[in-house]
Amino acid sequence: MSDLPNNHALLLIALAPFIAALFAPWVNRFARPISGWILATVPAAIFLVLTTYIADIAAGGTKNFAIAWVNSNYFPLPINLSFYVDGLSLVFAMLISGIGTFIVTYSGGYLNGHRHQGRFFSFILMFMGSMLGLVLADNIMTLFVFWELTSITSFLLIGFNHNKEASRRAAIQALVITGGGGLLLLFGLLMIFAVSGHSELSTLMRDPNVLRDSPFYLMVLLLVLGGAFTKSAQVPFHFWLPNAMEAPTPVSAYLHSATMVKAGVYLLARMSPVLNETVYWNTILPIFGGITLLTGAIMALRQTDMKQMLAYTTLGSLGMLVMLLGLSEKVAILAALLFLVAHAFYKGALFMVVGAIDHESGTRDLTEVSGLRYKLPFTFIAALLAAISMAGFPISLGYFAKEEIYLLFGPENIWSMLLVLVALLGNGLMMAAGLAIAIKPFFGPKLETPKSPHEAPLSMIWGPLVLGVLGFAAGYYITDVGEVFFGPAATAIYAKLVEPHLKLHFDLLLVTLSVATWVVGGLAFYKLDAIRSFLRRVANVWRWGPDQGFDQFMFGMIRFADWITRVLHHGRLEFYLILVFVCLAGALFAPLVIQNALPEIPAFPNLRFYEWAILAIAALGLGAVIVAKTRLVAIVSLGIQGFAVAMIFLLFGAPDLGFTQLMVETLSVVILALVMTRLHLDQRDARVLEEAVRDGAIAIVCGFGFVALLLAVLSVELDTSLSEFFVETSVPIAHGRNIVNVILVDYRALDTLGEISVVMTAGIAILALIGIRLGGPKRGIGAPKKLAPKPRQPKRTTARSKGARA
Amino acid sequence: MEIALACLIGLFFTVAIYLLLSRSLIRMLLGIAIIGNGVNLLIFTVGRVTREVPPIVPDGEYAPLEPIANPLPQALILTAIVIGFSLFAFLLVLTYRAYQELDADNTDTMRVAEPEDSPRPPLSY
Repeated sequence: MSDLPNNHALLLIALAPFIAALFAPWVNRFARPISGWILATVPAAIFLVLTTYIADIAAGGTKNFAIAWVNSNYFPLPINLSFYVDGLSLVFAMLISGIGTFIVTYSGGYLNGHRHQGRFFSFILMFMGSMLGLVLADNIMTLFVFWELTSITSFLLIGFNHNKEASRRAAIQALVITGGGGLLLLFGLLMIFAVSGHSELSTLMRDPNVLRDSPFYLMVLLLVLGGAFTKSAQVPFHFWLPNAMEAPTPVSAYLHSATMVKAGVYLLARMSPVLNETVYWNTILPIFGGITLLTGAIMALRQTDMKQMLAYTTLGSLGMLVMLLGLSEKVAILAALLFLVAHAFYKGALFMVVGAIDHESGTRDLTEVSGLRYKLPFTFIAALLAAISMAGFPISLGYFAKEEIYLLFGPENIWSMLLVLVALLGNGLMMAAGLAIAIKPFFGPKLETPKSPHEAPLSMIWGPLVLGVLGFAAGYYITDVGEVFFGPAATAIYAKLVEPHLKLHFDLLLVTLSVATWVVGGLAFYKLDAIRSFLRRVANVWRWGPDQGFDQFMFGMIRFADWITRVLHHGRLEFYLILVFVCLAGALFAPLVIQNALPEIPAFPNLRFYEWAILAIAALGLGAVIVAKTRLVAIVSLGIQGFAVAMIFLLFGAPDLGFTQLMVETLSVVILALVMTRLHLDQRDARVLEEAVRDGAIAIVCGFGFVALLLAVLSVELDTSLSEFFVETSVPIAHGRNIVNVILVDYRALDTLGEISVVMTAGIAILALIGIRLGGPKRGIGAPKKLAPKPRQPKRTTARSKGARA
Repeated sequence: MEIALACLIGLFFTVAIYLLLSRSLIRMLLGIAIIGNGVNLLIFTVGRVTREVPPIVPDGEYAPLEPIANPLPQALILTAIVIGFSLFAFLLVLTYRAYQELDADNTDTMRVAEPEDSPRPPLSY
């Protein structure tokens, strides 16, 4: 924890959305038409609080909050609920709360009249809180908790239309993939703590080389990348993102373009100071990012569903961001930040535009809508503003992002030159997709749509309009915006002071590359139909992909679980018992063998002849039970061994035990005979020889195990202090001469009470068992009335055994 | 002297486990009764055995005059015998009722709770 004073507003920022989520359903019930506007005040207020930090952060300051959460002497990792704000957190938090404001009002219009709208507000506010907590987190466990919360709330939001199978599948897919990545991240974060000893990110940043110098660097890196790549949908974990478009459009706009999928990018940016500038980082990130960029950009052109197109361009943009962060260069980091903010503006706006078209016309298929520009004029303006920024025309923010990326182009570095060409191609193709969405639905002849189109309500249109305008405003004031926002954020990522000095200027090389982008984009847009049909033919040939693989994986897991259940839980009692006794034998022998404590065989015992006789009778009785051919012999044999045990107790100084055993054995034999003669049960062994040999072997090994255990125990000195206490205090304290009796009724009186309760419970259970008749008329033998006296027998036994003790 | 008892206890366990592994309910019941005796003897022997001196304080004395048998295991076993008998009686009636309702005394044929051909889990979302 830091020494700086706590800034309690930070805690409120992370918690306020959760509190609002609690009340959202009620707000929705009582103020249905304006509930979106009311709830939007929460993110708006958070945004305003964050604006008050801008000046401090731009001056290089930070804001902190920390309280101890789970701290224990036995657990080395201090878990604090701690937050801090620097330039990077501020940019993310302002995007989340600012776009969140638009999204909440947009949801009010988009889901107007939906019976679960209140629930939806709850989910999306919870998500907002998780995301804010994630970008503000300082303690690594706080970070992880909020990271997982974004996965869970995302699951709830994707599966919002839970009666659709595709929604359920997409939700589970997103949860499995991001949740699996979360596990990797947890492991990675624990490794970071184990290697560096820092539990707070802010202190970890002040120790920049601790991870890079560690032999575990590669492992930490791969684990962190596992978390980031799954969350930010990098190839080959990309497929959940297009599927997540099953969610209502506000969710797609918010989670799957502007915020949640950027959590992985945030993590990479946050960890850059301690992980970047190594060969691994500079190789893995650009390769995965570049592949994702091209995959997304190309796949986007294959779609006719506008949401799917946007989803794939989002994929491409995420690839771009990862690629840029992977270069570990000042310019690249600045470019990544510009691109990130520009993308959040235009992609959020475009998603909301597509949602508005879908909502008002009833379709979002690119080939089914056309000529809407007079019907939805404001939506059209918003779409156009966003698409221009996406295409990177001056003076939009997208233009500066693109220019900054192309600054990396230089003949001295082949690697970054190659990556810039990849970025150029990706930018061009994504621009074509953006143009298609901004132009195709609005121009051309008017087509018949499922609904008669008209302009979307204010709650749905002000968001994309403001975002579209912001894209240009930020471009117009780029120098100031750069110094206030991008400089501090880039400083946090680069770990050295970055002064952006962004301004509109003319550079022949940059202009050439920009023009090349526009040419690529324009051509792709012009030939869109041809490209699409070509890509579809390719896709028809090559059907199998990770998406199908996911299904196979899930079904494989279910089959595997089914198989395991069938193997372990097969319902054959004898195999359960065999397993139990084999394990018992192992448990008996293993410690003795491992500790080399197998007892030596003691000398031949010196017993008196009648003692030998009793032991022999017991052994005889046991043998007779096994080989008995008739019921009566078996019962009598059981009695013989029982009485022999009673005799042993008598001979070795335990008369109380002897009497009780005698009573109990008598009763056992009597009721056993009663039941067995009534049932005509066959007590002969049904086992074939092999089974008998197998069972016999297990039994003999266990028997020897007990002998060995007993001899090992007997070779150790017995601690008799407890017994001595009882012997010494029996008369003076408890006033009883029979020490065993004193122990039972005085020292362990509660135990004896428990014992009596057990006997009583058994009696009641027996009574109930005999009383119950399943399935109407009784079958089998024996009427309940005739058997009624039997349950009393155990109670009688209690009385007798007590009597024996007295 | 303990070695003889130890071997006898080993025999008790061997016989009991052999009976428990048979699939016949009534033989398993016999096994339960025997294993109870085996456990009681085990506790008894672990407490060390002496001959013929019950743990009783003579009249007029405050402590026993001569060394006596260890009273602690005896108290434990006394409880165990009674509880073991309750268990035996309960299992006996349970067997009886199972035979009446299911018409079976073999565990292989008692598969109401876990039927042999339980349905496969669904392979879908």
